[in-house]
Amino acid sequence: MNRFDYVKPATVAEAIAAAGAPGAAYLASGTNLLDLMKGNVVRPERLVDITHIKELTRIETSGNGDVRIGALVRNADLAYDASFAKDFPAVAEALLSGASAQLRNAATVGGNLLQRTRCAYFYDTASACNKRAPGSGCDARDGENSQHAVLGWSEACIATNPSDFCVPLAAFDAVVEVEGASGRREVALEALHLLTGTTPDRESVLAPGELIVAIRLPAAARAFAKHARYLKVRERNSYAFAVVSAAAGLVLENGSIQQARLALGGVAAKPWRAHEAEALLAGQPAEHGSFERAAEAALREATPSGDNAYKIPLARQLIVRALQAAMQGTPSRMPALPASPFSAVPGALHDA
Amino acid sequence: MTPELNLSRDPAHLRHGSNIGQPLSRVDGLAKVTGTARYAADNNPPGLLYAVTAVSSIARGRVVALDVDAAKAHPGVVEVMTPANRPALAGDPDGKPNPFAFRFEALQNDRVRYANQPIALVIAESLEAATEGAALLAPRYEAEPARIGLDAGDAYVPPVVGMGFPAESHHGDVEAALAGSDRQITATYETPAHYHNAMEPHAIVAEWQGDKLVIDTPTQGLVMMRGRLAELFGIAPESILIRSPYLGGGFGGKGFIAGPQILGILAAKLVGRPVKLVVRREQLYGPFGHRSPTRQTLRLGADGAGRLSGIHHHARIATSSFEDFYEAAAHVTHTLYAAEAIATTYDAVRMDTGTPLFVRAPGIAPGSIALESAVDEMAEACGLDPLAFRVKNYAEVEPSTGKPFSSKALRECYTQGAERFGWWERPLKARTMRDKDGFLVGWGMGTATFHALMFAGQARAVIRRDGSGVVESGAHDMGQGAWTAFAQIAADSLALELDQVTFKAGTSDLPDAGIAGGSAHTATVGTAIHNAGAAVIAKLAELATSDQRSPLFGAGNAGVIARNGRLLRRDDEGRGESYADILARAGLDQIEGSGSGVPDPAANEQYAMHSHGAVFAEVKVDPDLGQVRVTRMVGAFAAGRIINPKLVNSQLIGGMIWGISLALHEEAVTDRRTGRIMNANLGEYHVPVNADVPAIEAFTVAEHDPFVNPLGIKGVGEIGITGSAGAVANAVAHATGIRVRRFPVRISDLVRSGH
Repeated sequence: MNRFDYVKPATVAEAIAAAGAPGAAYLASGTNLLDLMKGNVVRPERLVDITHIKELTRIETSGNGDVRIGALVRNADLAYDASFAKDFPAVAEALLSGASAQLRNAATVGGNLLQRTRCAYFYDTASACNKRAPGSGCDARDGENSQHAVLGWSEACIATNPSDFCVPLAAFDAVVEVEGASGRREVALEALHLLTGTTPDRESVLAPGELIVAIRLPAAARAFAKHARYLKVRERNSYAFAVVSAAAGLVLENGSIQQARLALGGVAAKPWRAHEAEALLAGQPAEHGSFERAAEAALREATPSGDNAYKIPLARQLIVRALQAAMQGTPSRMPALPASPFSAVPGALHDA
Repeated sequence: MTPELNLSRDPAHLRHGSNIGQPLSRVDGLAKVTGTARYAADNNPPGLLYAVTAVSSIARGRVVALDVDAAKAHPGVVEVMTPANRPALAGDPDGKPNPFAFRFEALQNDRVRYANQPIALVIAESLEAATEGAALLAPRYEAEPARIGLDAGDAYVPPVVGMGFPAESHHGDVEAALAGSDRQITATYETPAHYHNAMEPHAIVAEWQGDKLVIDTPTQGLVMMRGRLAELFGIAPESILIRSPYLGGGFGGKGFIAGPQILGILAAKLVGRPVKLVVRREQLYGPFGHRSPTRQTLRLGADGAGRLSGIHHHARIATSSFEDFYEAAAHVTHTLYAAEAIATTYDAVRMDTGTPLFVRAPGIAPGSIALESAVDEMAEACGLDPLAFRVKNYAEVEPSTGKPFSSKALRECYTQGAERFGWWERPLKARTMRDKDGFLVGWGMGTATFHALMFAGQARAVIRRDGSGVVESGAHDMGQGAWTAFAQIAADSLALELDQVTFKAGTSDLPDAGIAGGSAHTATVGTAIHNAGAAVIAKLAELATSDQRSPLFGAGNAGVIARNGRLLRRDDEGRGESYADILARAGLDQIEGSGSGVPDPAANEQYAMHSHGAVFAEVKVDPDLGQVRVTRMVGAFAAGRIINPKLVNSQLIGGMIWGISLALHEEAVTDRRTGRIMNANLGEYHVPVNADVPAIEAFTVAEHDPFVNPLGIKGVGEIGITGSAGAVANAVAHATGIRVRRFPVRISDLVRSGH
């Protein structure tokens, strides 16, 4: 292993000070970072281990009803927090559909937001990758790219963001609290990640040394609790990244859609909020035709970046399915296989 | 009361086995789940150093520079081994002293012939220092274009395929049969490269004790490996001790010693200290063999009644640029379905990959999914139920040779499996079943088959003065349960209880147990143990019956049986004496016998020997999204005598899961330009996880085979894969009406593209 400094601050202020040095990286559980270091994909000169900062481990509800999740809350702890899961079921479902039980027990919500793409060419240091080595090219573009982006990609990079958690967070207007040398600021989750453009190495709006301290779900997102789902299509039924995923939430009144929320995963370098589709759904009857029109709109700009044209109709079908599932209602208990299409029918396939 | 089992064809020593046939739990189970079982990499001799290999990122070319100075300058690095300073080998890594000696890379030159080939090795005081040292080597290459894919070069007809089968085999005139048939189909199926992916990576701890070499490394062939090492290092086999008590999975990947293990031994020689080398997961995708990709074209002809007239099975396969190994993917067609004419042909291309080698159910796994798919397609063309079609084409004798089967309870497998599954409720037409939630449901089946092989193995059995037994054979437990099954056979061979017998295995100084492969280990070593026990009992009987002071005096060998540690007169079981008494009177501390297990050439000449089975699968498919889930599987197998039903059930279920994997999951994704495998990790090289595996029911039907070997064992290690992969593929076709011919079946094959 390469040599690096290791520091273990006890407070956010100490952490930010320690991460001011060039080449520093924050380390939470390291479920992604340590693999990247072992593969020589990244070589930080200093690891700032934030796992001992107590103030980042709390789940709190503020006076206005917003829920504030400390950046170090473990994925599993958040998903199994009964009150949280009741109010934000699609978020809990997304968390429980990711990785494996062991990884969910270790991984933190803040780290999840900044996990790197699973593009194999990013991990393979012998390959050209503009994200890993700016200007080197993109070997994925003409390579093995059946899983790559169909929205918002560029010639420089066709990688996708692999997060499940971020998809419902984008859909439900989550806010990210960030602290850096110049103080604290807030960024909408939807605006946190950057599309690849000509600078795929820049993955988020965070400045060097800035630390995610919390994620906030607005009180208003509770309005969707009765009609919220996350669905994920994958090549095996667990422990696999999404080929395409979708988070959908509806507020219904007398069979009519008052409000809709929709975001896609696995299709772009960021969680893909489908605003136009949401606008099309508002005021429409909650029925198949409305869902299909929304799906059409959400994928209107989609183009294959390689051997992945199938992802476009797949994403459309999944949107329709997710909206249908949301309309039918949030299951009374978490499906045994969260986010599986085989768990799309409420209650029916609990042990599927 | 225990049932009397006539396990021996030797009438002198009828056994009363109480252990064979019992569903005993693994004798090594507790050690494994509590972490006390010592695998190769768990060994840490004093003075140990750690080695890490640097591997090639190109698939073809030369290494032109390595920054050895940078690596050596890294704190903790002790030495860097390259072609320039690698200790000499007596044997040539590119030599071919015998057909089972596969060429390997041990830094013999600067050539690169596949991605992930070792190009240097760093030895350090810690794993971390060695790892960083290897990274600091920063190799530079002179690269040549990589040849990847089944169209990579000019195809040629290989000299032989598999274990020496001809590349072209004809039984009857297949062209005439096809031309004269009422219905013909032609279909091409593709399977990708598969890697073994055993949980335990290859690892070696090597220590030179003077001229003696002691190594811990997992192997499926202790004595064969010892012989190979003796030849390569120019030392006597007796100077080498290999310890391999447990393997964390073998699957054929640990059958032969590979370059990285040789490098570990060379490293220990270079630095004069013990060295440990544990191969990194991604580095396993290269020097240790894999299953060749295949492209198989089947042409089938049938008459108006649905009887097969001809089958032509052609396989395009790949081997490496420097070695010949040809996956015998088409050969399953010779043994399974009755057809007047059968032909198998092959061609091959050379690719810049590591050499493909044996992977669980070699040849038959990819061959079976293609054959079972094609047979289903023909059944459909004939308007027949897939099982009815198979029964109609049941082979009463081995189709290509005309030999009778030594035993074949496949009909019972079909009947009992179908009944257990509820097969006869299946609608003929595809895409007609839905569950209450609207998911497409499909039922498919496949015939399982695997040859009943034996290699050659030896065992030694001892009865000690206290009447207890010791049985020894250098056998291999890959996780399949050899420690337990062989202990059961050993106890019965000596007519003792399990706790009265010590069974020793897993080191190269024990009698040669052959190789744990080909589903033949239990048959081979079991027969050797059985014969070794019989030999000891015969000696003991000789002692007793010729001694006037024994109650057995004058009984003659034919009149003595062994039971519960005693020899008894057959005509008067009230008269007998214990082993201990016999030995005590003779003044012996112990008595020893040895036995071997080898195939009977006469029986093999006369009979075709195969295990069989019938596998039934149910899948659900999302009609819009194309995601597949296997929801039910039933497998009925006929595999001769079952030594331990619990272990066998695990083997069969494990094999059936491999079948799911072959049909739906496994694929080494190779970049066509560079030859690098892009998913060389267990996160992205998909094998089924629990959520992919339904409740699986596997059972065996009774099958008595008096010809395969004295115990009637046919082997269960690999048959579970065969038939199962085809059953899943056929179920997907039945559910969706879409016949996918490129495996694994992917979401992109099944997603609904329109509204």
